[in-house]
Amino acid sequence: MLYAFLCYNDEAAISSWSKEEEAAVMTSLGTVTEKLTREGRLGPVARLVPTTAATTLRKDRDPPLVIDGPFAETKEQLLGFFVIDCQSLEHALETARELGRANPGGSYEIRPLLEFWPGNGKPESGKS
Amino acid sequence: MSDLAHDLTWIDAALTAARPQALAALLRYFRDLDMAEEAFQEACLRALKNWPQNGPPRDPTAWLVLVGRNVAIDATRHRARQQPLPDGDTLPDADDKEAELAERLDASHYRDDLLRLLFICCHPDLPATQQIALALRIVSGLSVKQIARAFLVGESAMEQRITRAKSRIARADMPFEAPGAVERAERLAAVAAMIYLVFNEGYSASGDGAAMRLPLCDEAIRLARLLLRLFSAEPEIMGLTALMLLQHARTPARFDADGCVVLLEDQDRTAWNRAMITEGLALIDKAMRHRRRGPYQVQAAIAALHARAERPENTDWAQIDLLYAALEELTPSPVVTLNRAVAIAKLRGPDAALATIEPLAAPLNGYFHFFGLKGALLMQLGRNAEACTAFDRAIALANSAAEAAHIRQHLDRLAREGTASR
Repeated sequence: MLYAFLCYNDEAAISSWSKEEEAAVMTSLGTVTEKLTREGRLGPVARLVPTTAATTLRKDRDPPLVIDGPFAETKEQLLGFFVIDCQSLEHALETARELGRANPGGSYEIRPLLEFWPGNGKPESGKS
Repeated sequence: MSDLAHDLTWIDAALTAARPQALAALLRYFRDLDMAEEAFQEACLRALKNWPQNGPPRDPTAWLVLVGRNVAIDATRHRARQQPLPDGDTLPDADDKEAELAERLDASHYRDDLLRLLFICCHPDLPATQQIALALRIVSGLSVKQIARAFLVGESAMEQRITRAKSRIARADMPFEAPGAVERAERLAAVAAMIYLVFNEGYSASGDGAAMRLPLCDEAIRLARLLLRLFSAEPEIMGLTALMLLQHARTPARFDADGCVVLLEDQDRTAWNRAMITEGLALIDKAMRHRRRGPYQVQAAIAALHARAERPENTDWAQIDLLYAALEELTPSPVVTLNRAVAIAKLRGPDAALATIEPLAAPLNGYFHFFGLKGALLMQLGRNAEACTAFDRAIALANSAAEAAHIRQHLDRLAREGTASR
C-alpha cells in the first residue's frame, strides 16, 4: 500500500540551521532514500518552500477568500512529504523511524493514500 | 553523530530560533533590556540541562519565557530577602504550565513584542552601523566576537560600540504601549529598513572580508521571514524578503576566483541558488496581488526579472525600465535614475543613457558607480579618452579593491586598444 509521510517540523528552527547542518541532514536522508529506491518503494518526494510563501484559498464561501499564509497556524508546519510503498503500518513505521534517524526533530504524519494519480510524472521543476 | 553532539545541535538550533520572540516577550515583562537578556541567558542554561533529559518542550519559546521569568522573579526575591533559593533541579517543572502560558502568548502578543524589540534597535539617534550591531547582538544573539569579525574591527571596539548604543536606547523611552495601526506601520517600515541594512552590510562586502560577512545576509533573511510569519499580509515585508532572497541567490556567481566583481550579465547563472529564487519569486507574486506597491516590492520585481532570464539577452529590459520609472516616483533619487540608465542603454543605446545620467553629474560627483557607468557608456561609443577620464575618477572613488580591480580591467583594455590603433 502507498503511504504518505507528511513531514512536520518547526520551520523557524529549520531555517536557523547552518549550511553544514542542512547538508549533513540531506546526506543522511539521501542514504535512506537511495535504499528505498533500490527496493523500488520510493514514490514522489517534495520539499515545500517556507510557509511564508504560502497562500490559502478558503472555498467555504462564494466567492472564495484568498488569505496570505498557511491554512493553519501551528507550532509545527508541513514542510514536505514522501510517498512510499509499505506492506503494513508496522512497515511504514519502521521506514519512518529510519527517516527520522536521518533527520531528527519534528514528526511524520503517516497516512495511507486513498487514490494516487501519478499525473504526467515529474513536472518540469525549478522553472518559474 | 554522538547523542550528546546531536542534542547540542538541535538545542542550539531551537534556542537560536526561539531567541527573538522569547527575548521580546521577556522585554515586555521586565521592561528592561539587561534584565530580559539575563533572564533569557539563564533560561537557555536550564534548557541545556533539562531538554536532553526530558526531550524538547512542545513550545520551546513559551518554555524559555516561562522559565526566564520565574528565574528572574526568584532572583529578585532572593535579593530582597536574602533567603536561600531552591536550585534549578527542584524548580517546579515548567512543562505543566507551558500549555497555559502558550495560550496567553498568542500570535498577537508576539507580533508587537517582536516588533518592539526590533524597533528599539532602530532608534533614530543611532547611526546605521550601531543599529545593525545592536540588532545582531540583541535580536539575533550573535556574540560580540562574531559581530566584530563581520565588521572587521577589534572585539573591544565592538564591545564599546554596543555598550554605547545600549545605554543610548536605555535612556530613550521604550514604546511599551500597544501601537495603533499607523504607528505599527511606521515601526514596520523602520524595522524593514534596519533589516535591509543588515543585509547590505553582508552583501556589499567584497575582498578578503566578504566571506566572513555573508552570514549577515542569511541572518537578515531569517529576521525577515520571522517578521513575515507574524505580519503575513504585509506586501512590503514580502517584497523585502523576496528582494533579499533574489539578490542573495546570485552570491555564488558575484565574484571570480580572484575575488573580482563579476557583472550581472557575465555571471554564471547556473550557479545561482534556485531554492532562493523559487522562494523569492513566490513571495513577489504574492505581494503584487495586494496592489499596494512599495519600494521593496518594485526592487524585488526588478530582481525577479533578472532571475527569470536564463540568459542575459533574455532580460526584459522594457519592463525593468518601467519598474525603475515607478521606483523613481516612489523614492526619487539620483541613484535610482542611474540604475534606470542601465536599462535605457539596453533599450535605446548608450547615447540615450548618457543623456539620462548627464543631470546626475552634480549630485553624484563623489559616487563610484556614476563614473563606472559613464566610462562604460563612453567606451561603447568609442569615446575612449573621455572613458579613461571617467574610469580614473571611478578608481579614485572605489569602495573596495574588487571594485577598483574591475575598473582597472577596462582601463587596461582601453590602453591595449590605444596602442593597437597607433
